[in-house]
Amino acid sequence: MVMKRIIPCLDVKAGRVVKGVNFVNLVDSGDPVELGARYDAEGADELVFLDITAGIERRDTAVKMVAAVARAVFIPFTVGGGIREVADAEALLMAGCDKVAVNSAAVRRPELITELAARFGSQCVVLAVDVRRYPEGLRVVVDAGRTPTRRSMEDWLAEAQDRGAGEIMLTSMDRDGTGLGYDLDALAAASQGLRIPLIASGGFGMASHAVDALTAGADAVLAAGAFHTGGFTVRGLKEELARAGVEVRPC
Amino acid sequence: MIGIVDYGCGNLKSLENALEFLGLASRRMSGRDELLAVDRLILPGVGNFGHAGAELAKRGLADALRERAAQGGPLLGICLGMQLLFEGSTEAPGIPGLGLLEGGCERFAGPGLKVPHMGWSAVDFGDLSGAAYFVHSYFIPGWPEGRPAESVGLASYGHPFLAAFRSGALGGFQFHPEKSGSYGLNLLKEALRWS
Repeated sequence: MVMKRIIPCLDVKAGRVVKGVNFVNLVDSGDPVELGARYDAEGADELVFLDITAGIERRDTAVKMVAAVARAVFIPFTVGGGIREVADAEALLMAGCDKVAVNSAAVRRPELITELAARFGSQCVVLAVDVRRYPEGLRVVVDAGRTPTRRSMEDWLAEAQDRGAGEIMLTSMDRDGTGLGYDLDALAAASQGLRIPLIASGGFGMASHAVDALTAGADAVLAAGAFHTGGFTVRGLKEELARAGVEVRPC
Repeated sequence: MIGIVDYGCGNLKSLENALEFLGLASRRMSGRDELLAVDRLILPGVGNFGHAGAELAKRGLADALRERAAQGGPLLGICLGMQLLFEGSTEAPGIPGLGLLEGGCERFAGPGLKVPHMGWSAVDFGDLSGAAYFVHSYFIPGWPEGRPAESVGLASYGHPFLAAFRSGALGGFQFHPEKSGSYGLNLLKEALRWS
């Protein structure tokens, strides 16, 4: 039996956490190391760092951050953002992260998934998929939701799984930031054809949303703002999940 | 000093970070003599059993590890490193393990069972029970019959399997203690006192 996971997600830019995290007694609310260690201590099962740094210095700052986080965080963590080739992923994995997440670059060049899986093993490869609902169904969008594609969600997930993706992080762009709950129909449809774990993302606002997503077929729930602004603690959420009968790792 | 066997199978950084965090000095080792001399030794490993077993043999380290174990020197296997303490694996039928313990690895299989087993699972390990982080496709079914052990820890994925053990100076964790939060760090510290 594998326990359901709670995954806080942190956006980082040039080695600093952005979109402020309001923990109490935090010396430096922008330090990914301090925040990562704090979430580890609080019972997070895994962490995701999304690097939104632009420009050529991106890889170097990301590698430095990963090395520093790896010395203080002892739960698995994933780094995503700007990974376009095997060398990008290799630098991050060697620095100490456990998985890398790819998104737009993989949609544009699906071979990237195959290459990463062959080089590092599927367990290191997370495919982040952003979807938006259109009249004809759920479509994949790229570039942080700005660019629609002609890919249906189902089609892309099937191909990604066959290419060796180890895990799917599915974000509903319709729900992201709304706090209205995860897109349960999307999760149910996605989990139908998957043999690999599914992480629900986008829309978390209350504990029941996590219960619903995990019941709909997700193996893990990811949230950002709800944890960062102090409205929710990982520990509190886990207690509520346990009360609802969901098996989670005790904090 | 804690030695970490460096034989080209897996990233050792996380393990080194965990030991450093615990205040324990460690060093990567790849020579027969240092493997025999060091107080504490960890055999890590990620990847394919056949590749790892062949690398240990090719570098002359398999015999050094057997010699160390015969002398009662502490040895802790982690993940694939624990599997290598046994006789073999169906992952690579022609490649022997170190054979320090009887038994071998089998691949998880079963309807609806996602392979690899990846994530947090409960470990029933007496006073040392908790939840640990696993990433593996092969498992050791259980503890060798009739062989004494101070403690044997089981986890379950489709069925029970060997998650942890302590037998004299030998120890093993199928999961990653260096990725299992404070539970894993405490366990790692504890296991490095076993003799």
